[in-house]
Amino acid sequence: MNPIRRIASRTVVLAVRDVDTDQIIPARYLTTTTREGLGQALFHDLRYDDNGNEVDAFPLNQARAAECKVLVAGKNFGCGSSREHAPWALLDYGFEAVISTEIADIFRSNALKNGLVPVIVDDATHAWLLDNPGADVVIDLESASLTLPDGSVVGFPIDAFARYCLLEGIDELGYLRKHLGRIEKFEESRVWKP
Amino acid sequence: MDPASTLFEKVWAEHVVVPETAETPAVLYIDLHLVHEVTSPQAFSVLRDSGLPVRRPDLTLATLDHSTPTTPVRTFQDLLVAGESAARQVRQLEDNCGEFGIQLLGFGSGQRGIVHVIGPELGATQPGKTIVCGDSHTSTHGAFGALAFGIGTTEVGHVMATQCLLQRRPQTLAINVNGVLPGGVTAKDLVLAIIGRIGVDGGTGHVIEYRGPVIAALDMEQRMTVCNMSIEGGARAGMIAPDDTTFQFLAGRERVPRGSDWDAAVARWRSLRSGDDATFDRSVDIDASALTPMVTFGTNPGMVIGIDDPVPSGGDASFRKALDYMQVEAGKPMAGQPVDVVFIGSCTNGRISDIEQAARILDGRRVADGVRVLVVPGSEQVKAAAEARGLDKIVTAAGAEWREAGCSMCLGMNGDIARPGELSVSTSNRNFEGRQGIGARTVLASPATAAASAIAGCVADPRKLV
Ligand code: SF4
Repeated sequence: MNPIRRIASRTVVLAVRDVDTDQIIPARYLTTTTREGLGQALFHDLRYDDNGNEVDAFPLNQARAAECKVLVAGKNFGCGSSREHAPWALLDYGFEAVISTEIADIFRSNALKNGLVPVIVDDATHAWLLDNPGADVVIDLESASLTLPDGSVVGFPIDAFARYCLLEGIDELGYLRKHLGRIEKFEESRVWKP
Repeated sequence: MDPASTLFEKVWAEHVVVPETAETPAVLYIDLHLVHEVTSPQAFSVLRDSGLPVRRPDLTLATLDHSTPTTPVRTFQDLLVAGESAARQVRQLEDNCGEFGIQLLGFGSGQRGIVHVIGPELGATQPGKTIVCGDSHTSTHGAFGALAFGIGTTEVGHVMATQCLLQRRPQTLAINVNGVLPGGVTAKDLVLAIIGRIGVDGGTGHVIEYRGPVIAALDMEQRMTVCNMSIEGGARAGMIAPDDTTFQFLAGRERVPRGSDWDAAVARWRSLRSGDDATFDRSVDIDASALTPMVTFGTNPGMVIGIDDPVPSGGDASFRKALDYMQVEAGKPMAGQPVDVVFIGSCTNGRISDIEQAARILDGRRVADGVRVLVVPGSEQVKAAAEARGLDKIVTAAGAEWREAGCSMCLGMNGDIARPGELSVSTSNRNFEGRQGIGARTVLASPATAAASAIAGCVADPRKLV
């Protein structure tokens, strides 16, 4: 994974709450055995109509959405299934961060493991972002802060370890494997064995 | 037994290999890793690319469920029914399990089925275990007093390589269910009511413990239905303290300890309950006595009402969008809405007692004209047990289809889908837009309500038919 320090971009706004992972990527696109190319299926049934034409009103289909790396979404984004295809699709499409007031647990964990930064903001900041699509924002991971176009800065919570891994581009599996000695000892010392 | 610890805290504490600190999450040991075809291929690729083995294949169990057809599979050609990429995915799991030495309960094993149905059925799911799977409904196994939760594919790779996960300790939420469940009201109705109460994000960051007299009175399959939908309330895990009901269910199953080991296990399991002085970060009280059969009216499981209650009005833009999608009107009840498809199955309601519940209502009646009804057992063992009791005959005599085991129309990956605009009464767990097919409108309900709706041709109260 590449280290991530700073994301500067305009926003795309999806002003709907409880966007579930079935909407982010419908199940019929999950038969893939690799991670690549899932961006094409991102929000598929919202982005395209029954004839495969782009739905003009959908935010991702608007001209100014191109090249945007930051998605602003309604409350409880990413609820539902544990499919990691959801963050894979968002990343493959070009997103690097998702901003909301609340992001579902498994999605957030999956996002962090793939370098998609989940940014949790307060209601007032969120309301402003929802009302101002295309706003230029800066997400700085080192200070865990979001800078709005007027220069105001709001901090966001992020797990210290996850932030460290993102900043350094560290693969968690490597970290976990360093503990193999302790894992073996744990297995030996258990009173009952699974 | 520490009287101040919760059930969750006890199971968590027993599995901490390296404690968490402000800077680093805990290293948590996993006792059982369940694997299926959809969320595993990329994890196996990571292992292969890094030259790593699956560290504990003996604690890993794989099956095929999500994308498998529910029409009989005899040859590879049959598999292609579900599409070439799905067939490739199935074959890849077979190859991966062969290469990494993992037991696969595949076609012809007699034990294949939805991953959350077969774990308990085989007795692999046991109290006090940590259980994970690349599937959010892993919460089901918490019905046995296990700490069980869904993980992503990267974490599937972590468990394969190390048998551990990096985890922050979640908070605890007690849901106390008091009163008595009225006749004709099922565990599915109860859990839908709970989600309606706490909201689809009410459990975010928490492990739920379901407690109280109503929970204690549920049988194991009903407890699984409740824990299954914890994730629909935002919680990664839901747990119920093991008791005699749990031990009786497990006794004699294929993968439980035998003889004196069994006695020792039961003795150990008995200590797995929250102490009298245990405190939870939050708690919610529910009175079950006033519940009626529940149905969803919107596009998430929290948008749920009693079968005769009017669809609520008002709400924000997302709420109105959901009503539009569902083509339902505020102020009117869901009962009476014309139905096109009925799906009875899934890891929520695909067990033998669920099929019995539906069959009792279908028995001697006919499915309404123009309604397509799929009854899909949750596993090959459930299918065999149902057939041994003649339930398949009842189902087909009523005009419903009796299928092979799998996830089927729960997520519409295998070709079993509802068409655009069709209304589906479904015993599964998610009524998200497009979950059962593009434009399909899903109403979540119990097997009894689903069967009653199949007979009536519209959303119907099962209590009028029993
Ligand atoms: S039955 Fe549905 S919810 Fe359960 S594992 Fe299968 S797809 Fe997931």
